Amino acid sequence: MSKIRTRMGDGYVTELTLQELRDDLVAGSADAVKRGKVPPLEENEVDWLADLFANPSRIMGVDPGREVVLTKDGSVNTLYSAQLSSGVGLPLSREQCFRVFERAFCFDTMEIGHPDYSYKPVKPIVALEATGVEQALLTAIIPVFYGAMPNFGLYAQPDGPFPNPADLLPRGEVEAAREAQMAMAGACKADMLYVSRIMAEVGADGINFDTTASTGDAEFLAVLETVEELAATTDLAIEVGMAAEFVLGFHGQLEYRGKRLAGMWPHQQVKVVEEAGAHLFGPVVNTNSRRSVPWNVARAVTIVKECSRVATIPIHANVGMGVGGVPMFEVPPADVLTRASAAMVMIGRVDGL
Amino acid sequence: MGTGDPYGMSISHALASGMGGIRTTGDLVARMQLRKKMRLPQAKQYVADKLKVGLDDLADSTVMRGLRQELDIGVITAVPGARKGIEAKRNIAELLDVEVPCLKRL
Repeated sequence: MSKIRTRMGDGYVTELTLQELRDDLVAGSADAVKRGKVPPLEENEVDWLADLFANPSRIMGVDPGREVVLTKDGSVNTLYSAQLSSGVGLPLSREQCFRVFERAFCFDTMEIGHPDYSYKPVKPIVALEATGVEQALLTAIIPVFYGAMPNFGLYAQPDGPFPNPADLLPRGEVEAAREAQMAMAGACKADMLYVSRIMAEVGADGINFDTTASTGDAEFLAVLETVEELAATTDLAIEVGMAAEFVLGFHGQLEYRGKRLAGMWPHQQVKVVEEAGAHLFGPVVNTNSRRSVPWNVARAVTIVKECSRVATIPIHANVGMGVGGVPMFEVPPADVLTRASAAMVMIGRVDGL
Repeated sequence: MGTGDPYGMSISHALASGMGGIRTTGDLVARMQLRKKMRLPQAKQYVADKLKVGLDDLADSTVMRGLRQELDIGVITAVPGARKGIEAKRNIAELLDVEVPCLKRL
């Protein structure tokens, strides 16, 4: 029997028989069902994925008419920044990079962001950031986002002013760790509001909170409360992109409007993000580098499909390095990247990527 | 979308799944998602109705290249005299009957 060439979650090539491919697809979906408590893929969806991966073509895509809107977290850093942003170090300004994304890559929207890509370091230089957004707004036609990460870790010692919960918890100082997280949440929220309001004043189309909840439920709460305030007081379109597939209970007791945040999966996350007033939600499903890409893609689309089903706002899934079935590798191979892309649209039924 | 080098991530997604930005109607459909929280089918239908084209035309560069120039809402190639940047967005706001926040500054 001929073998199907695909890849593992670390990007390296592997070969599967058709039966092994189907077994991986079913197993990946079953893992999503077990962990995320979501419905499994239908038989015809497994068939579609099997055809997708068994096709020997180098790249694949969605059916004509099924194209989706693209938003880009990480901004234009990928063109001018260094390896920290998978950047290729082009000697271009951010404003020039924005135009490249609009006119050469044909993106539907794009983002201006600081190379550090966190709200806290942006605060003292927000005038520079706002100027970059203004330049893009004058010269570009596509919608202009400003984007950055809440990056909660920057608010704990030694990088920030508050006691570090990761030091307190191993010592059994649970209440002190919770208090520290709430203080960090307050400071993080203040920074996100400060930067976002200035972007609203200069006329940005949207604001992106990328890798939300990277440090768990307190960070998620800070973003939700920020979104709530911005939705009520500005014209900004608000995108909330997650950091991981479920919310860590680093605090453990936090709720948003009566819903416990710790342990939430994408189909639950989107409901509190909607309640807060956001316009776009970016679910994440982590890639397991020791499993095949078909296993990972089947798992990712099973989880995202349920998120898309219950959502009332557009879903822009994260399908980048290490998430959405894409290998954990900074130069993702186009063969599996395009298959993950197509699968997320055709089976995950997202509104964008 | 996610991170990765420009060729492997941004360009690959754009070719596999993207609407095509100002080459087609990707920016217009995006605006309806951002301003009105429209899901994709609703946003596409809204834009198709406003442009008086079929849904299949929305991501077809052969159809949209000429129509965008006719509507003067910005085209992908550098055409002297065609609306650029914020000029094109003013026409887009009128065409789609949608708010473009930066236009409030004019």
